[in-house]
Amino acid sequence: MTDDHVNSKRRRLLTVATSAVGAVGAVGLVVPFAGSLSPSEKAKAAGAPVKVDISKLETGQQITVEWRGKPVWVIKRSQEALDFLPEMTPSLVDPDSDADQQPEYAKNEFRSIKGDVLVLVGICTHLGCSPKYRPELSTSVDGAFLCACHGSRFDLAGRVYSNVPAPKNLEVPPHMYLSDTEILIGSDEGATS
Amino acid sequence: MSFNDWVNERLPVGQAIKDHLTEYYAPKNFNFWYFFGALSLVVLILQIVTGVLLAMNYKPDAELAFASVEYIMRDVWGGWFVRYMHSTGASFFFILIYLHMFRGLLYGSYKNPRELIWIFGMVIYIAMMATAFFGYLLPWGQMSFWGAQVIVNLFETLPIIGESLSQWIRGDYVISDITLNRFYAFHYLIPFILVGLVVLHILALHQVGSNNPDGVEIKKGPKGNKWSKDAPADGVPFHPYYTVKDIMGLSVFLIFFFAVVFFMPEMGGYFIEQPNFEPANPLKTPEHIAPVWYFTPYYAILRAVPSFAGTQVWGVLAMGAAIAVFFFLPWLDRSPVKSVRYKGPSTRLYLIIFAVAFLVLGWLGTLPPTTGYTAMSQFLTVVYFLFFFLMPCYSGTGDNKGMSGLVLFVISVLLYLGALFLWWVQTPDLALSIKVLYTLLGAAILLYFGVRPGWIKPDAVKPVPERVTG
Repeated sequence: MTDDHVNSKRRRLLTVATSAVGAVGAVGLVVPFAGSLSPSEKAKAAGAPVKVDISKLETGQQITVEWRGKPVWVIKRSQEALDFLPEMTPSLVDPDSDADQQPEYAKNEFRSIKGDVLVLVGICTHLGCSPKYRPELSTSVDGAFLCACHGSRFDLAGRVYSNVPAPKNLEVPPHMYLSDTEILIGSDEGATS
Repeated sequence: MSFNDWVNERLPVGQAIKDHLTEYYAPKNFNFWYFFGALSLVVLILQIVTGVLLAMNYKPDAELAFASVEYIMRDVWGGWFVRYMHSTGASFFFILIYLHMFRGLLYGSYKNPRELIWIFGMVIYIAMMATAFFGYLLPWGQMSFWGAQVIVNLFETLPIIGESLSQWIRGDYVISDITLNRFYAFHYLIPFILVGLVVLHILALHQVGSNNPDGVEIKKGPKGNKWSKDAPADGVPFHPYYTVKDIMGLSVFLIFFFAVVFFMPEMGGYFIEQPNFEPANPLKTPEHIAPVWYFTPYYAILRAVPSFAGTQVWGVLAMGAAIAVFFFLPWLDRSPVKSVRYKGPSTRLYLIIFAVAFLVLGWLGTLPPTTGYTAMSQFLTVVYFLFFFLMPCYSGTGDNKGMSGLVLFVISVLLYLGALFLWWVQTPDLALSIKVLYTLLGAAILLYFGVRPGWIKPDAVKPVPERVTG
């Protein structure tokens, strides 16, 4: 066997083929590695609906419950505050709730099933802080919710002001009334559609 | 055969010591600014040692983490001391790195042939920020939780992939035990990658040789000093000359470091923020949340950019760009000289303005957002970016802006116009005098540093000496 004749064409083909197979193997390995970092089955399962008793909820009061690890607010609004909502329209980004931030049954001027009881996910649509409820400002242009982190403001229907960092209205979670005094948060038995 | 010979035949330890210490010739004119590289290395080692010790008592579990930190503080022998060294070390690491980077800006240490050293340095800086961020979640206090919530949500603003990306990072739909566990793994891993990056940083440095306050290439100067006839005449062996000097610097540094560790470990809420003394509560955000001080300049930039077209991604992009733009510094600086000592007056002036803008942005990032502060952040964000984008215009000595310089100038103008729109159209409640002030200052910067009309003298450089001075 002599080595003065090197078939460089064949050698290059073999080099490329070996590299390509190696690269495919490496990509194949990335899939389980990266996949192991995505939410586990346990994390996905932890999303059971939560029952809230609102029989003792007074006008202006806020209660916070935990659903899927997030705060969900239930707030009873006064008639005065509801009457004030239309006045906010000029300062809002999405006064008619066109963005998909609520189930169909909450896409109305109060963003709720029943006018007075507001149910919102208490997580700012900017970067996920929990805004502060300021009941004393329910009928003020300053906004009933202020996110202290980055200064986003929302009105008492969770609608975002223009010229603040948050781009969207606060989310209304899927929910339904089990009775007049009990709300189920996280399930609406398909009423969404 | 001696033991040394036996080892050296198998591993070139002796040669490495010569190449990097006893026969590495560093310029003889290093000044105060040249302490911070070596000091950063000491702090990196201190962080790894204290970190490993803390890891032996810490529990990365949402139920146990907060209590295990308290256990370290109260029941572990010397635990409080190790933990305060670690938390203080994190802040001091950033202080040293910021000074080290500023040294690079002062003396043009990023310029040809040291571009790779600068790039490795920037990668180190980003790896440090990642380590610090992962580490801040571990005590599982209120600030840990909500800080991580905000930073991970930054990724959620990216179009299309955002939501799945942030879930992939958290491993859950919210910051949870799963997130804490993996952040702990990353916090333990990255410092070792950092060590590898530091090795590359130093190897690249020793390949081309150190810069110095005069920006003179000593390797190109005359040869021959009292140790070697081939070594640069203006060089001295790193060991013992600079090792001894650095030990002196270290002694002074440690006085400041331990003054903080012993007497003000929280540093008035800047090194350890007050809400972190309360366990994480996913239902309640603290009244005012701000990142630790070393992230606040970028945080102020993030907050300065409002949402637009239904997304907040612009602020995130601006923040990313504020860090990424440093990578391009070697090619933005068109000055024929390296050191600020011989650069023209406009380059010196803008360097001072930039340093002040960076510090003030850092201060603004710790404050709650108000109309006035937001406008100030917007103004300083423009100043920050124009330092880089106008650099091809003001750092060059002639008409060598080139196409890229022109493109960057146009981007600068657009940035300024964007800020004008925010102040004059979007912020009706901003005082008129403030609007006018920012508008005029911005225009002055654009004109003086960008347009450079005929009546401004070109940014002539002073003659650089042949040999290092002093």
